[in-house]
Formats: sequence, structure tokens, C-alpha cells
Amino acid sequence: MKDLIIPPLEWTKDMGTPARQGAPVTLTVDGIAITVPAGTSVMRAAAEAGVTIPKLCATDSVEPVGSCRLCMVEIEGMRGTPSSCTTPVAEGMQVQTQTAKLQKLRRGVMELYISDHPLDCLTCAANGDCELQDMAGAVGLREVRYQPVETHFRPREGAGPNPRYIPKDTSNPYFSYDPAKCIVCMRCVRACEEVQGTFALTIEGRGFETRISPAAESFMQSDCVSCGACVQACPTATLIEKSVEAIGTPERSVVTTCAYCGVGCSFEAQMRGEELVRMVPFKGGGANRGHSCVKGRFAYGYATHRDRIVHPMIRERVSDPWREVSWEEALAFTAARLTAARDTHGPDALGVITSSRCTNEETYLVQKLARAVFGTNNTDTCARVCHSPTGYGLKQTFGTSAGTQDFDSVEATDLALVIGANPTDGHPVFASRLRKRLRAGAKLIVLDPRRIDLLETPHLGESWHLPLRPGTNVAVLVAMAHVIVTEGLYDAAFIAARCDAEEWADYAEFVASPDYAPEAVEPLTGVRAETIRAAARAYAAAPNAAIYYGLGVTEHSQGSTTVIAIANLAMMTGNIGRPGVGVNPLRGQNNVQGSCDMGSFPHELPGYRHVADDLARAVFEKAWGVELSSEPGLRIPNMLDAAVAGRFKALYIQGEDILQSDPDTRHVAAGLAAMECVIVQDLFLNETANYAHVFLPGSTFLEKDGTFTNAERRINRVRRVMRPKAGYADWEVTQLLANAMGATWSYTHPSEIMDEIAATTPGFASVSYDLLDARGSVQWPCNEAAPEGSPIMHVDGFVRGKGRFIRTAYLPTEEKTGPRFPLLLTTGRILSQYNVGAQTRRTDNQLWHDEDRLEIHPADAEVRGLREGDWVRLSSRAGETSLRATITDRVSPGVVYTTFHHPDTQANVVTTDNSDWATNCPEYKVTAVQVAASNGPSSWQEEYAAQAAAARRIEAAE
Amino acid sequence: MSQEKLIRMANQIAAFFAVQRGDQAEAVAAHISESWAAPMRAALLTHIAEGGTGLDALVIAAAPQIRPPG
Ligand code: SF4
Ligand code: SF4
Ligand code: SF4
Ligand code: FES
Repeated sequence: MKDLIIPPLEWTKDMGTPARQGAPVTLTVDGIAITVPAGTSVMRAAAEAGVTIPKLCATDSVEPVGSCRLCMVEIEGMRGTPSSCTTPVAEGMQVQTQTAKLQKLRRGVMELYISDHPLDCLTCAANGDCELQDMAGAVGLREVRYQPVETHFRPREGAGPNPRYIPKDTSNPYFSYDPAKCIVCMRCVRACEEVQGTFALTIEGRGFETRISPAAESFMQSDCVSCGACVQACPTATLIEKSVEAIGTPERSVVTTCAYCGVGCSFEAQMRGEELVRMVPFKGGGANRGHSCVKGRFAYGYATHRDRIVHPMIRERVSDPWREVSWEEALAFTAARLTAARDTHGPDALGVITSSRCTNEETYLVQKLARAVFGTNNTDTCARVCHSPTGYGLKQTFGTSAGTQDFDSVEATDLALVIGANPTDGHPVFASRLRKRLRAGAKLIVLDPRRIDLLETPHLGESWHLPLRPGTNVAVLVAMAHVIVTEGLYDAAFIAARCDAEEWADYAEFVASPDYAPEAVEPLTGVRAETIRAAARAYAAAPNAAIYYGLGVTEHSQGSTTVIAIANLAMMTGNIGRPGVGVNPLRGQNNVQGSCDMGSFPHELPGYRHVADDLARAVFEKAWGVELSSEPGLRIPNMLDAAVAGRFKALYIQGEDILQSDPDTRHVAAGLAAMECVIVQDLFLNETANYAHVFLPGSTFLEKDGTFTNAERRINRVRRVMRPKAGYADWEVTQLLANAMGATWSYTHPSEIMDEIAATTPGFASVSYDLLDARGSVQWPCNEAAPEGSPIMHVDGFVRGKGRFIRTAYLPTEEKTGPRFPLLLTTGRILSQYNVGAQTRRTDNQLWHDEDRLEIHPADAEVRGLREGDWVRLSSRAGETSLRATITDRVSPGVVYTTFHHPDTQANVVTTDNSDWATNCPEYKVTAVQVAASNGPSSWQEEYAAQAAAARRIEAAE
Repeated sequence: MSQEKLIRMANQIAAFFAVQRGDQAEAVAAHISESWAAPMRAALLTHIAEGGTGLDALVIAAAPQIRPPG
């Protein structure tokens, strides 16, 4: 199978101009017949025919402008020498790409370029990777006849300084901008506009004086978000990665997957030996189509950060300093403690937490360790704290715990309804793809307490912002449904064909109640009734309307109800089952989808089959050769509760920092402190490790093979490009631990683990590394019924049969404001940092965001006497912390907002133990708080810092 | 797990199903049986046997149909 599929040419080759869709047109290029869609450029048609036309200003990530004229061709019956990048193909066209005339003209063009270019090629960072060099070679340039009087590249001209010379801008930590080398092809400007959608770069001056500018003092002071699209597009060394300047050009390239967010971008890890030179977004990546954000593109320095722990460490008590030991000793110590805990307290006193940052294969092994070796279903994952309501809500309504679309689907969307998500920061590459669509006229509805950046998209068309009070998602969504039902805007044909009629009739009646009229919910939600009505009408009227949502939906006491309300809305308007529509959860971490798929939840075996399901258990009992418990295990908060109660003793945590990421920090700390054996497997001594007895060094995504499954159910390969710094990849460590406890696992490569997953889990039945290597990626379900995978789900019917409408009553959260805590705190993230920040804080991304700030409305700040940058005390009924304030009207009066990327802030000291009714996903997005001026860090922050410093001590080696 | 938390969780589940059609007690029982670990169900059932103070009537009605722990 492997060699039957030839990867499309455009995954690896610059086709010159973007692909088009249209009726087939046949032409000849240098006598070679080729058929391409109408609207394709002659340049691209030639590339498809295998002919490369010289070019400088064109590249296939952006629309052509035809400025360099190097790509001239001769076309039979056409006068002159048209630019092939801007000339569309026509039926029967006959193109000549190389004639004596063309050669002469092209040399002339190149001579002009070269005469204003510093010819320091041998010491240039782009040497060997420069299109200007390549083109000089391609056109046969042998001499430059002009001696320029004026240049852009000489710092001094004649006696004085050269007024045209602009010094190099090195302000961005990851790339430099050297205007002396710029050929003004404007690829960067177009990439920033068309690919990234930021419009940070502008063109200044005209003619010979034309210059590219970030429209600010420097790149760091500009609107630039450091996505790297311009660097990628630049044909010269003008915009270039600092790592290439420092190391040299790469010698090989390995396709792998970003380990940050749930977009799951594909990258080429470009290597020199075992040194990573740069990460370049891969054009063949199904999720990103060649684009990237600052995290995946540049923030990989943590992988080689000096803080990485590369030796196993153990200690008797958490008050002792750490002791570095051999792997054998660490594993023997761990196995002995785990076995003792199991013998004394029973298997249910043990548990594991799998990681949404690790691979599918690793996650699968960790839950297998719990179920098959420990003998308990006590397994949970950090996905609990973000998307567990998605799993529940979508399974109840549609029948699968996953989003319905692929990211390409956004290209067919006429209206995007974005709920509780901040894509430009949380899911940047998706945001760029959405913005492209918004610039092309798609409409936008944002349901969020905060005015997110998406609403500030340049060239945005019609849009609505519904700035609701935190905690009132259900009320607003049901009010939208009310409008759709009472105004008869629903898709009766779709509902009749695809959904349960009785349940629909019931739901229609339920939402039609006057209690849910926009006018009735306005006082609760704070959203003007007309805005809700307008938004509902627009959503129902759009030919293709898609819902994208994030943690602002799930992290509520009514998280699961909100997901159900979203699914109901999509069903009643027929927005399911084709491109451009659907319900799309934006997953926080790279492998949230995968960790859920792989059976991380205590009540579900891999493939979302309940542990009480005898048939499903039988499959795994046969594969694993053990008897399995039919009792659902404990969830993370329940494990901690049980620990405090003395019934839960040992926890193996892979790649998670629950002390920082879970709510109610004090409770988490108390739970961990009550255990006899806490095992942390991670890259760094994270906050949770302060309470651990065993530290097993982890491996980065660069150090292992495996797969990640992104938000669109796409299974992407992760490929090892260097040896694990600690000697073992994470999956190997889990296997060693299992075997130290008496198991006899014998996997020699993660592909064998995937084979076991495929053999036991119906949705993965046809997945194998061979398939992934051949196709690049595949979206589950991938089995006999869908051998090519499933980009879009529920196409001919819902997975569960008939779509199910479920009543969604709005119930106010118990977390209410009052005289003591009059404000509502909600939380979110920022572009440059990732989750608890363990990785990004160890990179230069710190330059963009080095502390968490509290956003507060000017009116609320004024009554408290707060000024910009003041330290404030943030307190709730759970605890208090201090951080600095930023005054902004992005938040409404009565609402404050912060990020949670920095451990010193300890934002989760403030969050409470309220949680989603169905899944116990914590209610991060609503906490009643008070804000007051303060002098600096709180006493808890200081105590914590002292405890952490003590717990991190490592005994000096003898 | 503290009794108070358990009661709050059970009541939250009851509140969702209290507006649904069909046998609400059965739905509450099914949800608890599917997603709660045995010690949690045991604690809840003990609390109900002791009078079930603080619990929604629907939780109490669901008790006989909750999967017995162990
Ligand atoms: S890095 Fe991205 S945002 Fe910054 S200028 Fe380049 S394309 Fe624009
Ligand atoms: S910086 Fe690079 S991409 Fe931009 S105009 Fe100059 S040479 Fe072209
Ligand atoms: S968008 Fe997400 S997956 Fe893509 S590069 Fe950025 S962090 Fe990585
Ligand atoms: S590549 Fe066509 S004009 Fe520059």
C-alpha cells in the first residue's frame, strides 16, 4: 500500500501561485499537454507539467502580483511576453518558457536586482537556500554591467552615511529583518495579509524608494504576532530565522506534528545531525496547509532548556531533597511502593492521570497500566478539566464524542458562530484560516464576555458581539433557539429526515416558552434582546453556518448542557453533515481528542465504550489476558477527595501539572500530600512534582515516535528526530514500570501499540503507521466502512441513528456575586503562552507575556482607585492571590479576566470546586471575586514559593 | 469525599433531568451508575438510607435503581 500513494507534488514544491477550482482546461507548456482547473496561472500549470519557470515575486502561499517580471513566457498568438504568474490558462494555449528572447530579458531583470544587492553570498545565512541565488543561476547571469551609484545596502555612500540604508532589525527573538537584502518582492506583505491576516507589514515609498516596513519602530513594537509566514515567504535572507543564522542551513527534514494546541499543525523539523535548525510549517499538513503560529514555529527551545531533568529521582518523603538514581533503582522503588499500596489498600487505592500532551500510544499504555496491571479503572486525564462536557454532550445528541468537521470546512462557511473561544490566541492557525474566510465575506457572531481579537479582524464584514455575563451561555443559546422556533426559521426538512420527531416537537415547545424570549433573558445575560434576535436570524439564514467553541462553553457548571444546546441549534437549522457547517470544539492541547479516544476516562475503555459493557470488556480481556473491572473508576477531583479521606494512596501522573491546572489549588495540594506514592513523569520539575516521591524524566515530541489526534479527529504522525535526553521515550518508561510490577509487555515500537489499538477499537480498525506514512494523516473513524477516514461526520445520518434533541433548561450557577464578591472572574489564554506555561515560559515567548494580568473595566477600576499596572488582590471564597491590573473596556463592567500561564499568579487558588453537572469539569469560567489594591504577592504566594523552593532541592551528587 | 460535595453533585444531576421527559428517576440513576465510582455510590446510598438530608427528592427516588456498589 505504501508505494501506491504518491504524495501530491504541491506538498513539497512551490507551485508559484495558489490552486484554483474550476472546469478543466487543457494547454501545452513547451509541448507538454497538461489539464488544470480554469483560473489556474500559466506558472502553476507549467509546474504541474514539471516545468519550472523562473520567478521571484510569486509563491504559492499568496496571490500573484506580477511585479518582478522574471516569469515572462511567450504564448502563441499573444503579443509580448506576459508574466506567467498573473496570466490565467486558456483552452488550447501554447506556452514557451525558454526562448532566446526570454533569456535575454530575464538576464536584464536579474542584472538590475543584483546591482542593488550586497554580494556577500558566502557569508549570508541564506547561502544555499536563497531564491535570488537560484534565479541568478537559472537565467545564466554571468556579469553585472551596471555599477550602481546609489544602493540600499551600503551603510555609507561616498563620504557620508547612506540615507537609504536601514540597519538590521533584530528585535524579534526568532527572526531578523535586514532591509539591505530586500528585493521588494512583497511576498512578506502578502503573506502577512493573506495567510496570517494580521496586516502588520506595509509598503512605504515608491519606485526605487519602495521599502517594506512593520509600520513601527521595530517588529517587536509592531502588530506582528511572530507567526513566521513572512519569513517563510521571503525568497532571500532579508527575513530569516535567527536559528539558521546561528547554526547554518539544515541537512534533512522530517515531517512531524506540533505539540502545542489542538489545531495539530504539521511541521518539517529541519535538522543538522541531532540539532534542530528550525521548524517549518508543512504544506501537506491537513490542518494547517502550510501555516503556523509563534508557538509551533519558534517556541521549541524548551526541548533543550537547562531546566530539563534527565535523570530519574526518588525520595522517601516529600520533605527530603531529591536523589538522582539509575532507571533500575527508580523503577524498583516505584514498583515496590505501588505494589505495597495495592496489597495494603486494594487496587482502587491506585490511579493514573494520562496526558493530553503525550502521544496516543503513550496514553493508551498508561490507561492500560491502570486497568490491566494495577487492576482498577481509576484513570483520568486533564481533558477532564477542559473538554469532558464535549464528549458527553455530543455523544448524547449525535452519537460521537467529537467535532463534526475538518478545518478545511471553514473555507465553505458563510457564517461562523464562535462561542467561548478566543481563536487568535488559543488556536491561531485556525483563526488565520477563519479570518481569510471572514475577509471574503463570511459573517461572524461572537458569544463571549470579552471583546476578543477576532472581532477586530481587518476587513471584517457583518458581525455581532453578544457580551454575555459569565455563566449564562445556556440562556443565550436557548433564546436563540426560541427566535428560530417562534419565527419559523428552522429547517423542517432536515429535522424530519434526520432527527427524532417527537423529541423535536418537545424541544420546540420547550424553547418557545416566553421565559426564553430574548427580552426575558436580557436582564440575566446582559445581552440586548435585539442582538440575540439578529444573531439567531443570521445564524438560521446562512446557507452554511458553523459553530466553533472552546473552554468558555465547557468550563461551567452547565458545560454539558451548553454543548447539548449547541448541538440542538445546529440540528434545528440543518447545519450538520456537509462542508462549511457543523459543531466544532476547539481543543486546548494537542492531544485532547486522542487522550479521550484512548480510554483515559474512568468509565470508558478506548473508543468510548463503557466499562460495564461486557462485550467491550471481553475484547480487552482477550487482548490483555487479564480480567477487567466493570466498575467506573474515580475522576481526578474524586481521587483527590478520596486521598484526603485516606482511601487513595498512589498516583502515576504522566505529563500533567494538576497542581497548577486544576481548580482549588489548596484542595489539590492537600490530596497529593495525603498520598504515599506520587509519581510524576515530566520534562521539568513542575508544580505537582513538589508533592512527588518519584520523578521520571519525560521525553519531548522530538524524541519519540507516535501519533497525536487533533480537534478534527485527524491522526497525525509524530516522528523522532533525536535521541531521548533521558534515555527512554515516555512509552518505554511506562512499559518498564508495568514490567517492574510483573507485566510482560514487549512493545518494540509505538507502531505495535497502534496495531493493538486498531485491533481493539472499531473506529481505528484500519489505522496503521503504514497508512499514516503513505497518506500523511487520516481522520477517524477509519475502518472498513470508511477506509479513507472521515473528514466530515454524520453525512448521511447521525452516528447514533436519529439526532436527538434534549431539553436544556438554564440553571444559574451557584457561584453568585454578592456584597463580598461583587465581580465575576473569567479566565483565558494568550497567543504566546501555552496552558500552564511550562514549555513556553522556557522560551523567548516570555518577551511577549511575562506575567498574568487582571483585566478590569475602567469603571470598576475607578471605584477601587486602581491605575494601570497596580498590584491588586484578587479574592474569592476559595482563596486569594495577587497580580497586576490592566484597565480595558474589552471586559464589561462587573467582569474581570485573567490568563493562567504563570505559576506565581496561582489563579487557581481563587477558582472554586464548582463543576459541570455531568462530568465534573471544573467551573473555571465563573468565579465571584473581589478586587482591591494591594502591595504585592499574597501570603499564600509567598508561602507557596518557599515550599516549592524547598521541595525542588536536588541532593548534590557525591 | 465530603458529604456536602456529593449532595451538591447529585442535586446538580437531578436538576438536569428534572426537566426532561420520560422516567426522570431512572435517568438520574443511570447517570450516577455510569459515571460514579463505587465508593461514591456507596456514600450516597448510605446517606439516603440515613434520611438523605439535603438531597433533591428526585435523587432519593432514583436510589433503588442506582447500581449497588461492589
Ligand atoms: S511574523 Fe507573521 S504577523 Fe509578523 S510580520 Fe510576519 S507574517 Fe506578519
Ligand atoms: S523582506 Fe523578503 S519577502 Fe519581503 S519584500 Fe523583501 S525580499 Fe521580499
Ligand atoms: S496553531 Fe497550534 S498546532 Fe499550530 S503551530 Fe500554533 S500551537 Fe502549534
Ligand atoms: S514571479 Fe511572476 S512577476 Fe514575479
